[in-house]
Amino acid sequence: MKPGWIVPIAASLMAGMSVPAVAATLQITMDNLVISPAEASAKVGDTIEWINKDIFVHTATARNGDWDINMPAKKTVTSVLKKAGTIEYYCRFHPNMKAKLTVAP
Amino acid sequence: MFVRLSAAIAAVSLLGSPAFAQGAAKPTDPQIAHIAYTAGVIDIAAAKQAMTKASHKDVKAFAADMLRDHEAVNKQALDLVKKLKVTPEDNDTSKALSKQAADKHAELEKLKGAEFDKAYAANEVAYHKAVNGALETLLIPNASNAELKSLLQTGLKIFQGHQQHAEHVAAALK
Repeated sequence: MKPGWIVPIAASLMAGMSVPAVAATLQITMDNLVISPAEASAKVGDTIEWINKDIFVHTATARNGDWDINMPAKKTVTSVLKKAGTIEYYCRFHPNMKAKLTVAP
Repeated sequence: MFVRLSAAIAAVSLLGSPAFAQGAAKPTDPQIAHIAYTAGVIDIAAAKQAMTKASHKDVKAFAADMLRDHEAVNKQALDLVKKLKVTPEDNDTSKALSKQAADKHAELEKLKGAEFDKAYAANEVAYHKAVNGALETLLIPNASNAELKSLLQTGLKIFQGHQQHAEHVAAALK
């Protein structure tokens, strides 16, 4: 899945062309009831791969209501960031799981 | 070994305390698996009871959380004992736990509305406290299989969260 965007970027760079900002993919993992990294930075348009390694269902729920991602046990789900801001989020089922995502415009 | 364990259970039961016989005979892995699984089954049954009887939305949501998490742990426990070819062994601690839970279930069944909510939340605090104490002092230290120990540690971590959550719900109902 990842090489799909690595190749075009590499090709463009080698050709010496200026490319528009390319959306990146960022991984955030829920493992043993801990979110890591606890603080992450991304840009609008980037994709987050939410990796749930636990046997429990988790959510990544933005406190400001921007998003509420549901993660079944042992599954990875993806979401695309649509709004900028510094977002504190947590798991609704396990509120001790907290983290922060800074989304630049 | 069971004489001492039973005596200890009888002693704590008289005080109305949980069934865990801490500091008594050391349980074996098949017994530990049985105790941990039984403890999960009890909380699943309590959650199902609460989902039909609770009136406060926070209590209902808490019960749904208990059902989801405890079923996940017990499913993992079943998969593990199958993989390890271990047959969980019934024992006096499991029996005492089940007996106490049946009594509590009957007691809660008679309550309604806010009365039920308060009693269920209070019991969930006490129950998770007792289970967590047993995991920390009795079950985890005596588990010899590394995978069993690791699952119990995951259980402890999630149940500590449940205890906090239960305390929060119970405090809000007062």
